[in-house]
Amino acid sequence: MSDLLDATAREIARAVAERKVSALEMAEAAIARVHARDGAVGAFLTRTEDLAREQARRVDARLADGETLPLAGVPVALKDNMCLSETRTTCASRILEHWIAPYTGTAVQRLLRAGALPVGKANLDEFAMGSSCENSALGVTRNPWDLGRVPGGSSGGSVAAVASGMATIALGSDTGGSIREPAAFCGVVGFKPTYGRVSRYGLIAFASSLDQIGPITKTIEDAALVYEAIAGVDPMDATTVARSVETVLDGLREDLRGLRVGIVREFDLAKLEPDVRAVYEQAYRDLERLGAELVEVSLPTADYGVATYYLIAPAECSSNLARFDGMRYGLRVEQADVGATYEATRAAGFGDEVKRRILIGTHALSSGYYDAYYVRAQKARTLIARDFEKAFAACDVIACPAASSAAFEFNAKSDPVSMYLMDYYTIPMSLAGVPSLSVPCGYVTPAGARGPLPLGLELTTPLFTERALLGIAHAYERGTQHGKHHAPPSLESAL
Amino acid sequence: MASGDIDVAYVAKLARIALTPAEVERLGAQLGTLLEYVSTLERLPVSDVAATAQVIPSTNVTREDVVRPSLPRDVVLASAPQRQGSYFRVPRIAGEPS
Amino acid sequence: MNLEVRGVPHEAVIGIECHVELKTQTKMFCGCRNVFGGEPNTNVCPVCLGMPGALPVPSRLAIELVVKAGLAFGAEIPAFSKFDRKNYFYPDMPKNYQISQYDMPFTSGGTVPFWLADGTQCGIKLTRIHLEEDTGKSMHAGSADGRLSGSTHSLVDFNRAGVPLMECVSEPDMRSAVEAVGYLEALKRTFVALGISDVKMEEGSLRCDANVSIRPAGASEYGTKTEIKNMNSFRSVQRAIDHELARQVEVLSNGDRIVQETRGWDEAGSTTHVQRSKEQAHDYRYFPDPDLVPIEFSPDVLERLRSELGELPQTRLDRLIGNDKLSVAQAHQLVDTPGLADYYDAATGASGAPQATLNFVLGELSRLANESGIAVGASRVTPQALAELVSLTEKNAINSKTAKDLLGRLWTDGGSPTEIVTSEELGQVSDVGAIDALVSEVIASQPKSAEDFKNGKDIVMKFLVGQVMKASRGKADPVLAEERLRAMIGAKN
Repeated sequence: MSDLLDATAREIARAVAERKVSALEMAEAAIARVHARDGAVGAFLTRTEDLAREQARRVDARLADGETLPLAGVPVALKDNMCLSETRTTCASRILEHWIAPYTGTAVQRLLRAGALPVGKANLDEFAMGSSCENSALGVTRNPWDLGRVPGGSSGGSVAAVASGMATIALGSDTGGSIREPAAFCGVVGFKPTYGRVSRYGLIAFASSLDQIGPITKTIEDAALVYEAIAGVDPMDATTVARSVETVLDGLREDLRGLRVGIVREFDLAKLEPDVRAVYEQAYRDLERLGAELVEVSLPTADYGVATYYLIAPAECSSNLARFDGMRYGLRVEQADVGATYEATRAAGFGDEVKRRILIGTHALSSGYYDAYYVRAQKARTLIARDFEKAFAACDVIACPAASSAAFEFNAKSDPVSMYLMDYYTIPMSLAGVPSLSVPCGYVTPAGARGPLPLGLELTTPLFTERALLGIAHAYERGTQHGKHHAPPSLESAL
Repeated sequence: MASGDIDVAYVAKLARIALTPAEVERLGAQLGTLLEYVSTLERLPVSDVAATAQVIPSTNVTREDVVRPSLPRDVVLASAPQRQGSYFRVPRIAGEPS
Repeated sequence: MNLEVRGVPHEAVIGIECHVELKTQTKMFCGCRNVFGGEPNTNVCPVCLGMPGALPVPSRLAIELVVKAGLAFGAEIPAFSKFDRKNYFYPDMPKNYQISQYDMPFTSGGTVPFWLADGTQCGIKLTRIHLEEDTGKSMHAGSADGRLSGSTHSLVDFNRAGVPLMECVSEPDMRSAVEAVGYLEALKRTFVALGISDVKMEEGSLRCDANVSIRPAGASEYGTKTEIKNMNSFRSVQRAIDHELARQVEVLSNGDRIVQETRGWDEAGSTTHVQRSKEQAHDYRYFPDPDLVPIEFSPDVLERLRSELGELPQTRLDRLIGNDKLSVAQAHQLVDTPGLADYYDAATGASGAPQATLNFVLGELSRLANESGIAVGASRVTPQALAELVSLTEKNAINSKTAKDLLGRLWTDGGSPTEIVTSEELGQVSDVGAIDALVSEVIASQPKSAEDFKNGKDIVMKFLVGQVMKASRGKADPVLAEERLRAMIGAKN
């Protein structure tokens, strides 16, 4: 069973569908794996063992009825900002530490309907705000490649679960890079679809115009499988688009012949550490070797991406998080009157980063500052979106680093702005809404690291071209030594 | 755009978050730094640019006037920090909405 | 009302802001039932409770109803409209922001026309009508009188949270409390006719605030205004505004200034109390709601909505008052009673006698309707039957008492008055010879009364006519009877 646990989702689903193994056996194997490894990794805030077994029994029954389930028996980790009915859903925050969600979000529902088994709710930066998972108020998640380093964020728990073999797939959420950056840090695939492709109903909102749910997997093919299961318009989310979802599984390419890969002038590799730079230079050469033509493109406003994002996202979150007030659910720190109760509850319930973003967001929307901050940032956003349009006139896909470095050590980035800059390469894509993913592209071994640390190549294509994006990423994955998913070599010994 | 200028105490009141004086100072300094960083946006030529209203332009997404099941009341009140019978019980309201 | 401050004539400047709950099956942004009453917290879901992860999806019907309201008043409907978030904290606010509309409402401008009882016409301009969601309801517990101050805690019911709410803002065009009530009645009449809302203040489906100020008559600058809240009926609105106008006159007459404040109307005490002494500037931090997409109206859709309006109540009133020469009060009664104007039109069309038909409709028929609880239009008296009755009366074929009795029978049993009159020989006796015979009989049997009348006791005539009616079993023409009585008694001389 362990062998199958380390297989891809495609392989597991096929084995379960062919009744070589039952979904229930997969559930038990995953549960055992979590028991064995999560003590060290800390990926999960809640283990959903009974639910996994219940779901597995249902899957086995439905298969016996002749149903086709694309993800039959595949263990999945769900980022804990996604509502799962009758299950603790915390956003890694004290303010929801004991909250039981009364409903299941759409993306999660679709995944479960496809046969996946929920193994647990994965840790994250509180309310998805962060790039290292260190902002979680309820637990510490460690990078399976080096337990002294962060897994990245905010979907740190989700990627750590997949990277350490406790789940085969995971759902994460990406607002400014929260799927792509941690995926890069942990050597897995992390995919953010076009904004509006996947329903946000049931995803506890951080920044409404930026949040997207996406798959975290071992391979591009698995990401395609998950994407097909969850994407598509949802009547419960008015921002989902009514475009039909193209199949992507049958669009996976073997090479890149005839394609133009855009290398962004502003993302100069010279800014990176030499060992990191070397990996990306090799990655670009590999793209060429696979048949692509490299062309230089420009995203002139990309440098303003982080500043733009850190006005728009906090503004939206300051409004989205106003509902956490101790009145209807969650933590209440009761005081003599409602006003004092609001203030005491939110002071106790929110961590520092969340407070910072609420404050800056409130400020950016407030009277006298709205035009100078919020509106101006939305105009900068328009420029960034236009940059991508122009760039894609000259290329089919943009390639760049997913992050400027490999995973860093705990407490390495104490200054907020230095942490924000970890999203430098991922934020512009979020602002423009374009689909983007990180695929493993190599390793570095900095001094002091307990072994090789993964790096991720970020690939981005125009709006609604997920089929092309996954197709291209598949070719890269298959055409390089990173094609076969690598688990952390230290996994067996350390865990 | 006034860079670095943020009245943290006032904003915290608007956002209903109680801050200690030490927090006001610490967060004030951090937010001041962030505001200086974002003030780089002043350099962008945006006078002729429309603010992004939506990431993906679409209109008229609505729903029909058809009843859907509500939540059972016990489920609704199960999360209530305090309930009284069928109601959510909240502390004394000191003033009018603001 | 005479507004004079130290001898200088002043005028009232009044604006009304109303919130009207729309008559839809479901709430604005979710599929929970939109229904008044019900066990607390039973019509709620993650969306209208503001639970984590829930998202709003707007009701197409609610949007169309607001646009219809605007079209009814000649407002401008923009090609493009959107929802904004209005951010503030309150325990009856599930999200601590209200989804509303800020700078691109569904309608702007427009005029609300109405007639006043004295026959003058008014047209109050609208600033805008926009769409938003209602809040939950909180009950303040622990105090002696259920009011906010003195309470120890509150109980919140979210059944009302998310109900579609139309906010109508008028220009400060009203110049009296009577005009303000006329305006509200015009809104109610139109919204009820178009099926937009039931507009029942007692159920909270209409709530309104008045902004009241005074200034020297003919001045263009505005005086300081106060906001009056907590009026529970149209009558309260009138009383509260009149009270506030008088109060402002007194304040200014004493040489003091009006303070801009919010005052709550106290129905029992017939006075207002200050609620907020300082106009707190609310920073609502409006921004476009990123969970919703804009609404675009194509000319086709607007055309369809316009065509669905039908005849507006005001158009009908204009016709009844202008053409049919009904008084304003009569026309209002017809139009405001469901089905009555249609009934009147049908009956008048058949009878050709508007005034006579009106008298029956507003008189005896309405009385029967009130007594029985059955609407005129739903009764057994068809417009055709009434028209027949009117004709019979106009031709003097039956007298008024017969007509009234007949109406009562038609109400209970239905049928055709013409047939009944013929078959039961209820026709009025108008033949002079027959009347004379009856009159002679009565004079002979009432010699003393006849003598009294001859000697100038006029009131006796009524008795004598009554006797003729009795002798004829109610069928005599009373006018002719009186005429012949006078003639024949006189002749005896």
